[in-house]
Amino acid sequence: MFQQSSYTEQLTFFQKLRSFDFILVLCVLILGLVSNLSMFSTDGGEFLYHTKSHLIRFVVFFVLMLFLSFFSLRFWHSTAYLFYTVVLGFLIWASLYGVTASGSQRWINLYFINLQPSELMKIAIIVCFARFFHREQITSVSSFKNIIVSLAILVMPIVLVVSQPDLGTSILIAASGLIVLWLAGLNIRYFVYSGLILLISFPFVISFLKPYQKLRILSFFNPDRDPLGAGYQIIQSKIAVGSGGLMGKGFLQGTQSYLEFLPEKHTDFIFTLFSEEQGFVGSVFLLIIYGILIYRIIKIGSISRSYFGRLFCYGFGSAIFIYIAVNMSMVLGLLPIVGSPLPIMSYGGSSMLATMIGLSIVMSTKIYHKQIIN
Amino acid sequence: MFSEGDSNVRKFNTINRRVFILSIAKGVIFTGILARLFTLQISDSKKYLTLSDKNRLREWRLPPVRGEFKDYFNNTIAGNTEVYQLHVIPEQVENFKNLMVRLKNILPLSNKQFSKIIKKKNQQKPWETLIISENLTWDQFSKVNFYLHELSGAKPVLSVARSYPFKDNYTHVLGYVAQASENDLLNNENIKNKHVPGLRVGKTGLEKSFEDELIGTNGVQRYEVNAFGKRIKQVNFQKGNKGKEIKLTLDTEVQKLCNELLADKAGSISVMDIYTGEIIAMHSSPSFDPNLFMYGISYKDWDNIRNNPNKPLINKTISGLYSPGSTIKPVVALSALENNVISPNFKVRCTGKMEMYGQTYHCWKKKGHGIVDLKGAIVQSCDTYFYEMSRRLGVDRLKVTASRFGLGNKVFNNLYNEEKGGLFPSTNWKKANLGQGWVLGETLITGIGQGYVQTTPLQLCLMTAQLANGGFKIYPTLISNKNQESLEKIKYKMSQKLLQEEKYDSSIVRTAEEFFKPGEKDYKKLFRNQENVKFVLDAMFASTNQWNGTSYKSRIEDKKYQYAGKTGTAQVKKITEKQRELDLDTAQIPYEDRDHAWFVAFGPYKNPRYSICVFVEHGGSGSKAAAPLAKKVIKKVIDRHEEREKIRKRNLVDI
Repeated sequence: MFQQSSYTEQLTFFQKLRSFDFILVLCVLILGLVSNLSMFSTDGGEFLYHTKSHLIRFVVFFVLMLFLSFFSLRFWHSTAYLFYTVVLGFLIWASLYGVTASGSQRWINLYFINLQPSELMKIAIIVCFARFFHREQITSVSSFKNIIVSLAILVMPIVLVVSQPDLGTSILIAASGLIVLWLAGLNIRYFVYSGLILLISFPFVISFLKPYQKLRILSFFNPDRDPLGAGYQIIQSKIAVGSGGLMGKGFLQGTQSYLEFLPEKHTDFIFTLFSEEQGFVGSVFLLIIYGILIYRIIKIGSISRSYFGRLFCYGFGSAIFIYIAVNMSMVLGLLPIVGSPLPIMSYGGSSMLATMIGLSIVMSTKIYHKQIIN
Repeated sequence: MFSEGDSNVRKFNTINRRVFILSIAKGVIFTGILARLFTLQISDSKKYLTLSDKNRLREWRLPPVRGEFKDYFNNTIAGNTEVYQLHVIPEQVENFKNLMVRLKNILPLSNKQFSKIIKKKNQQKPWETLIISENLTWDQFSKVNFYLHELSGAKPVLSVARSYPFKDNYTHVLGYVAQASENDLLNNENIKNKHVPGLRVGKTGLEKSFEDELIGTNGVQRYEVNAFGKRIKQVNFQKGNKGKEIKLTLDTEVQKLCNELLADKAGSISVMDIYTGEIIAMHSSPSFDPNLFMYGISYKDWDNIRNNPNKPLINKTISGLYSPGSTIKPVVALSALENNVISPNFKVRCTGKMEMYGQTYHCWKKKGHGIVDLKGAIVQSCDTYFYEMSRRLGVDRLKVTASRFGLGNKVFNNLYNEEKGGLFPSTNWKKANLGQGWVLGETLITGIGQGYVQTTPLQLCLMTAQLANGGFKIYPTLISNKNQESLEKIKYKMSQKLLQEEKYDSSIVRTAEEFFKPGEKDYKKLFRNQENVKFVLDAMFASTNQWNGTSYKSRIEDKKYQYAGKTGTAQVKKITEKQRELDLDTAQIPYEDRDHAWFVAFGPYKNPRYSICVFVEHGGSGSKAAAPLAKKVIKKVIDRHEEREKIRKRNLVDI
C-alpha cells in the first residue's frame, strides 16, 4: 500500500527516455542490420524487392516500437482483452475472407498491408494470459473454472490457425500459451497429464495430418529417403551451414543460396544463409545477440513490480526463445520442418510487427517498472 | 489484505522459481544448438564443403581432337578439318518448339531430320548440348548467323571433324571413323572414359588399331551451375591434348597411281622395301570415300558400298585369300634346290599335259614347252615341269620353305584385326582338318599354286621381297619410326648371317631367339645355300627380260628401271575338257569364272630395292592383266626413290 501511494507522479518525456533499455534497443538494431544485410544477400547482392520492403518494415516498426514504448503499462493491461479479441476477430475474418497463398488462407487484406493475424496472436495470447492471471490468487490459479477459461483462450486461436492450415504457427502459439500458463503457476500435474494424453493421442494426430506434413516428419527422421523431394530442404540447408565452416564463405558469397539450392531463404531459412556466409563465428555472434536480448527481457520482467509486467516479460522472453530455438533446430536438422520465422531476421511484416509490439510492451514494463496495477 | 499480500509473495515466488527452471532449460537448448553448429561447421565442414561444390560445379567434357596420320613425306592423309555446326542447349531456349520450326525453315531440315532431332532431345538431359547439324554448308552457316537474333538459344559453332583429304586412296589402310557404338564403349575402356556424345572412333584399319594413341584427351570446361542446372559462369577450362600423330611409310604418289590403275577393277597392289620392310603402297580396289561415314552415310551410298559384288569393304591386300597360282613357282623351285631334289640341269619334256593315276594334269600351254630345264620352266612358267618337281619334292618339304618365306602366315603382327593368315597345306594339315589322307595329285597342283593353298596379296609381296634381298627375313611395317637402321647396317647384318652356321630349320631355336631379343631385328637367313636364291632371282629376271618369258611384253629395258617378275594366273574353277577344247578368250568367259591375274616383281634388277605384288580379281592372265600395271608402278616407285632416301637419311640414328 505504501509503495502504491508513493508512486503517483507522472513521468516526464525525458524521464521515460532515460529509463529506456538501451542494451535491448542496441540488440534490436544489430539484429535489424544483420537481417537487412542478409536480405540484401538473398536478393543476390542487389537492392531489390525483398531488401527494400524488409528495410521499410524494419524502420517503420522499429519507430512504432519506440513510440508504443511510451504508453504506460496500465494501458497495455487495460487493453489486453481487447487486443486478444481483435486479433481473434482477425483470425475469424481470415478464415472467412482471407487471402490465400501457397495453399493456405493466412492473410487478411487491410488495404495498406496484408496482415497475418496468427503472428499477432503469438503476442496477444501472452498479453491476454498476463492480464488473466494478474489478479488471480495463487491458490485459485489451478481452479477448475480458471483451467477451463484459459484452455478456451488458448484453444480457440489454435483451432483457427490449424484450420488455415498453418501447423508451425499454431504450435508456436500453443507453446507460448503453455509457457505462460506454466509460469503463472498452474499445477505441474496438469502439464504431466496433458503431456501423457498428447503422447497417447500422437498416432491419431498423425492420421489427421496432411500428406505433406507427414512427409516432412518422415523426411526429418531420414532426409535421404527422398533427397530431391521432401528431404531436399533439410539436406541443402545442412550443406549450406556445414560448408560455411569456421569463417563462412563471406558476405554475398554463399553459393548454396546464390545458386538457389536453398529454399525459402528469405523467410524460414534466413539463418542458413547467414550461417553459410558468416560461418561458425557469425552464427555464434548471432546467438549471443539473441541471448542478450532474451536475457534483457527476463531481467526487465524481474524488476517489474506488477505481476502483469513480470508475467508478460517472462512469457514473451521465453516465447522469443522458443521461436529462435525451433527455427534454428529446424534449419540445422534437429527438428522437422515446420514454418516458423526467426524473429526480426526473417522476411515477413506481421512477424516483425508482432515482435516489435511485444518489445514495446517489454520497454513499457521497464519504464513503468515501479507502476502497480490494480 | 495480509493474506492477499502473502498470496502475492507466493505468486511472485512461484513465477520466479519457474522462470529460473526455464532459464536452465533455455541454457541447455542453446548449448545443444551451439553443439550442432559446431559439428556441422567445424567437425564436418570438409564433408559439407565437398557436397556444396558437388552441387554447384558441373563439368562439360569436350570431344578430344584426334591425332593425324601422315604419309612418308609428311602429307596429312587423315586430318581434322573445321566444320560448322549448330548446337542448341534446350534448357537455355525459351520456346524450343518455335526455335525448331524456325530452324527447320531456315536450314531447311527435312521432316525426317526434324523428328530425329526431337527424338534425340527427349533422350538427353536439358542442359546437354543438342547437335542440330554437324556439318553446315557455308551457305547454311551464314544464313543461321544472319537470322541469329531471331534464333535465341541456337549457337553456330566452329568444330573439328576427321577428314580424309585423299578420299578413296587410303580407305583400307586407314579405315574410317564413325560415331562410337555400344560395342566400342564396352570393348575399349579408353573410349568409355573419354566418351562424349557424338565422339567418333576408329571402326576399321589403322584408325581402329591405334585408337588409344589417336584419341587424345578431352578438354574440360567446369561451370558453376544453379539449382536448376543452368550455367552461371565458367570456373575454369582445361585444354585437351590432341592425339598422337602417326607417320606411315606410305607414299601418296604411288598410292594414287595404284588407285588409278585399279579403277574399275577389283584387286590389290602392294609395294614393299625389300630391306626395311616399309610398305610404300598398299591399295585395295574397289575403294570408297571414307568421308561419307562422317555425318551418317546416306542409305543409298551405304547400299552401293555394301551390295557391290566386288566387296569394297574388304581390304583385299591383307584379308583377301586367293590361290597364288604360278607366282609361288620361284619358292617351289627354291625348295626343290634347297632340298637337293633336283639340280638346275634337271630336264622335263613338256607335252602340254601329264598323266598320273588316270588323272590328267594340264600345262597352261596346250602344245607343251618341249624339253625344259629349271630356268626355262620358271621363265615360261611350265606347269608340267613343276608337277614333276613337286612330285619329287613332296608337299611337306615345300610347306617348310613356303612358310619360311611368309606364305600362309599373317604379315603384320596383329596390326589389323581383319588380316587373314591364309593357308599353306601339308599332309598333317589335311588329316587334322579334313580327316583325309593326302593325295599325290594334290601335291602337283599345290606346286603350281592351286588347290588348298591360299594367300593374301601382301604375303606374295613379302615373299618376293625376301627372295629379292637375297633370302633374308624382313619385318614389314606401315609405321615410320624415327630410329631406323641404316640400309648399310641391315645389309651388314644380313651378310653376317651368311657366315653363321646354319640352324635355320630349327624353328624352336628361332622362337627362343626372338623371345629373348624382342626388339632386335635379326634378318635371319631363309636359305641353306644362297646360290639357290640367286638362281631363282636370275630365272625371274629372265622371265621378264628374255624373249620367251611370260612377262616379256611388260619389260623395261632402261637399266634404271629394269625389273624381274613372275606372272601368275590362278584358276577359280575347275576347267572341264570341253572348255579346254573351246579355248575361250577372257572376255568371253563370265566374270566370276575368269582367272585371277597375278604378278610379283622386284626392281631395279641390278640393285634391287622394292618388291611389288599386283593382283587383279578375275582379271584373266597375269601377263596381260597384272604385269602391265606393275610396270607402271615400278617406274613410279623408282622415280620416287631419291626423294624417299632424302627423308630416310633424316630419320637415321645409327650410321
